[in-house]
Amino acid sequence: MNRIAVIDYGMGNLHSVAKAVEHVGRVLSQDIEVLVTPDAQKIAAADRVIFPGVGAIRDCMAEINRLNVGQIVEDAMKSKPVLAICVGMQALMNHSEENGGVDCLGLMDGTVRYFGDDLRDESGQRLKVPHMGWNEVKQSQDHPLWKDVPDHSRFYFVHSYYVQTAAQEQVTGTTHYGTEVVASVADDNIFATQFHPEKSQTAGLTLLRNFLNWDGQR
Amino acid sequence: MALAKRIIPCLDCDKGRVVKGVKFVDIRDAGDPVEVSRRYSDAGADEITFLDITASHEDRATTVDTVSAIAGQVFIPLTVGGGIRMLDDIRTMLNAGADKVAINTAAVDNPEFVREASERFGSQCIVVAVDAKQVSAKGEPHKWEIFTHGGRNPTGIDVIEWIERMVDCGAGEILLTSMDRDGTKIGFDLALNKAASNAVRVPIIASGGVGNLEHLAEGVLLGEADAVLAASIFHFGEFTIQEAKQHMASRGIEVRL
Repeated sequence: MNRIAVIDYGMGNLHSVAKAVEHVGRVLSQDIEVLVTPDAQKIAAADRVIFPGVGAIRDCMAEINRLNVGQIVEDAMKSKPVLAICVGMQALMNHSEENGGVDCLGLMDGTVRYFGDDLRDESGQRLKVPHMGWNEVKQSQDHPLWKDVPDHSRFYFVHSYYVQTAAQEQVTGTTHYGTEVVASVADDNIFATQFHPEKSQTAGLTLLRNFLNWDGQR
Repeated sequence: MALAKRIIPCLDCDKGRVVKGVKFVDIRDAGDPVEVSRRYSDAGADEITFLDITASHEDRATTVDTVSAIAGQVFIPLTVGGGIRMLDDIRTMLNAGADKVAINTAAVDNPEFVREASERFGSQCIVVAVDAKQVSAKGEPHKWEIFTHGGRNPTGIDVIEWIERMVDCGAGEILLTSMDRDGTKIGFDLALNKAASNAVRVPIIASGGVGNLEHLAEGVLLGEADAVLAASIFHFGEFTIQEAKQHMASRGIEVRL
């Protein structure tokens, strides 16, 4: 039995990711159980943990702090594979510019910045914010979660804030939207994505499959 | 490397079946929404939009079941619209597996609803659907007005001002339908789309009037749309999603092939 806990702290759409993981489990004929739960004990008992997040960081961090989710994630990161998605990834960083500045968990080294109101591409064309849709992800280093995912595959993004980090050795994927955008980071047994694997069809489902099989080693 | 322009097939659904009316009459049956969604996703659709066109109270449960079934099998973004009037409606659809909801009449009745919804659930899942009709005469500067109830009720609200206001309220995306063009197959209202796209920073989905693949390309190249939505050209087998993408790529548009 492969038990996957999706941390439910009351923010946004956790059902998409749960359904995608269940689907991948069925395709693999794996005996999996997906629990969408805020319960620290159940999360501690799971084999793998998914830390999702959508919406505004202030509200997310308020709930994360209220439910002590930071400690749950930190504990999980010590002992088992963890996948953080979108605002889940941003919440791992030190600080976000969103909502006038919000302190995040500081479990990874990075800052979350706004794309800006006048974002432009190389040719001067104005770019819409949020960055919404399918963009190419360049794999900056090998990782077990990239297995069978072709380099430059497109993944689905929806975000107005993006991670900047000096810890380049942790960056596993980048994309480009007016500026270079960190698409994914990894450290020990955590992998975090700015994009939504659960909404990224074949490429995303392959990454989720790899997560279900990942032992947290490189 | 650039963000791809999106092609979004739209499923207008009535009592659990995909239908497509021409100017809201002559409704033809186009199949089971779960099956149709899966087919489009496999063919490379970038998102699915599901519009519940009856949205009467009794059919609500059917819609939730259908959305849940689609979300269990289709792993691309799913937008659900039709009858979204309260925060509870949004919660229900998100719980069923929708990624975004499209709010139309309820926004016109109470613009603050859009603010409440985006504050509660995040802008990324709040799409404001706008039904626009041109009200300027030929030769006059363009002017479009919001209509509700399938294009029957004028509201006196200017479309561009409305879109700006909705973005201020937290709309993450605008689904812009030309009621003049919907079902006509003569192409998008390009002036409308361009005016909307230039007015706001959020993505605009062009809708209404697609009859051939060049119309989709025009929507992006001339209408400056971020995504193009079509229904009947896909439902009745005139074109596949792949053909649409290949045509757009041939016109120099970045697409996910």
